[in-house]
Amino acid sequence: MIKFEEIKKSLFVSLWFMFLTFPIMVIHVNPIDKIVNWRWDNLLFVGCGSFILSFFWRYFINRKKSGLRQSSPVISPLSNIMARLRNDPKLFRTLIAVLAFIAVAFPFTFSTYQVTIMTTVLLYIMLGLGLNIVVGLAGLLDLGYVAFYAVGAYSYALLNYHFGLSFWIALPVGAILGAFFGILLGFPVLRLRGDYLAIVTLGFGEIIRLILENWNDFSFGPSGISNISRPSLFGIEFSLKSSSIFLYFIIIILVLLTIFVVNRLQHSRIGRAWVALREDEIACQAMGIDKVKTKLAAFALGATWAGMAGVIFAAKTTFINPASFTFHESALILSIVVLGGMGSIPGVILGALILILMPEYLRAFSDYRMLLFGAIMVLMMVFRPQGIISDVRRTYELDNKGASG
Amino acid sequence: MLKIRNINSYYGNIHALKGISLDISEGEIITLIGANGAGKSTTLMSISGIVPPDSGDILYMGNPIHSMSPDKIVSLGISQVPEGRRIFPDLTVMENLHMGAFPRTNKSQVSNDINYVFDLFPILTKRRNQPGGTLSGGEQQMLAISRALMARPRLLLLDEPSLGLAPIIVRQIFDIIKKINSEHNTTIFLVEQNANLALHVAHRGYVMETGKIVMEDSADNLLSNDDVKKAYLGL
Repeated sequence: MIKFEEIKKSLFVSLWFMFLTFPIMVIHVNPIDKIVNWRWDNLLFVGCGSFILSFFWRYFINRKKSGLRQSSPVISPLSNIMARLRNDPKLFRTLIAVLAFIAVAFPFTFSTYQVTIMTTVLLYIMLGLGLNIVVGLAGLLDLGYVAFYAVGAYSYALLNYHFGLSFWIALPVGAILGAFFGILLGFPVLRLRGDYLAIVTLGFGEIIRLILENWNDFSFGPSGISNISRPSLFGIEFSLKSSSIFLYFIIIILVLLTIFVVNRLQHSRIGRAWVALREDEIACQAMGIDKVKTKLAAFALGATWAGMAGVIFAAKTTFINPASFTFHESALILSIVVLGGMGSIPGVILGALILILMPEYLRAFSDYRMLLFGAIMVLMMVFRPQGIISDVRRTYELDNKGASG
Repeated sequence: MLKIRNINSYYGNIHALKGISLDISEGEIITLIGANGAGKSTTLMSISGIVPPDSGDILYMGNPIHSMSPDKIVSLGISQVPEGRRIFPDLTVMENLHMGAFPRTNKSQVSNDINYVFDLFPILTKRRNQPGGTLSGGEQQMLAISRALMARPRLLLLDEPSLGLAPIIVRQIFDIIKKINSEHNTTIFLVEQNANLALHVAHRGYVMETGKIVMEDSADNLLSNDDVKKAYLGL
């Protein structure tokens, strides 16, 4: 099985890496003693490491090419499971029941720390599903999605600070403001597509952040807003622990609502219009689809969820400042959507679980977080470019037997 | 049915249509022939409102439509089969057809019409659950025409339906075009490079050169016209 050719290629790769990393891994200048340490042993590690990695890399690539799709042991069975779940409603219901039980039991069995992490995950699921409307369904690459998240968070924080409005009033207000800003961004970018759209949305995200950072009278600048009240239930205030459990359940309900609405949208008239818009804009217009309305609807409906997630974020942390809404957040949410599978709801959920839980539980490797992140993305692009769980659209079966659909 | 009066359309700085006027009456098959870059497709895009004209009038049933948005124009009964087919590659044949019926809300009528286009193009029945992108060129053209028919147009705009297809498929498609015209009295405006074929199907024809209409006559007269013969029929 192991060909000499393969070993030779891997050998070249390792030599190349040894050469590339020579300046940083081997030479170590001590400026105080004015001596140079030659760490030759590092060269050996780099050589061996890159040889092994490159060898496995080639092995998996070859396996993928030779038609054995089980290139990565986790992923392919996963989509098989998904397919089985779709076809077997009984299994599906059982799974839902198990998941519901775990979700309800979770906050009572694990510590507050775990509950907080899970709340964060759920928050990102909501954000991911919202962005999924814009990116996955309508195919509009939005790199400034975090702006709407910020709008939601600041709308609650400011309304609470100035007028003492409660979480429950701020939640719909945040959603509406998110949608409003979505339309505000949508208008100028109606004519743009692809790269240009990405650049403008990226700029929009930065504009919102910079406004929040510099308009001291309005947003209190970089020092942010603190002491935002936590959600209450009919005027009952909670202790820290029970309040985080309460928030956990609020967001579970909201995530379920998001899943329900996004799922309905996906298979609705406008959902089909989005998919058509993603595939061919001119054909879409020739079919009598209003391009302006469809695009604006995508931006508005996507931003609504970000607005709501922002309100929850503000209520969860009780303190917000512009540093929470950097481009890095947009990139993270986009990665969740892309990693999970664009347009696929279970994909986005899985993507959020991986990308949010991984850094939390691998705190020991926090120095290598971005490295791991990059590695996951590269691996995914090579082995599964369509995302972990790719989108399967409903097929229509309604004629011949007359109108049954 | 459709009157175009002296329209000028631009792509950025390029003056693509220089004062075009033409008339289409109900039930006719009209063809517009001309070389590459003459402005034939732009004429269709201007009628559909995708490239709206800068000046001039387009009247449909006596009402001006040149400043309407594309979706309004479709709902008035003008559908276009765009050049290069432009079907939705990731959507199935059925989904493509449903996209064509997007402005319509009566479900039973829509499914009747789906059966109607399946009768016109039986091969699509077999391909119904296949993504549009996996169809052959001819099947894609059939799908594109079917998709446009799903909007129940009174005026069907066809942009080069023969593009890149084998002669036998082209003949099949042109037969269907005639059939659509005679069975439903659907007016057809056909833009073609294959002038010979187009003039044999059409009642009347217009010849276009660099953004202007240079000739207008019945199809038979155009077929026997010496200039047309030399320039477009290769005789």
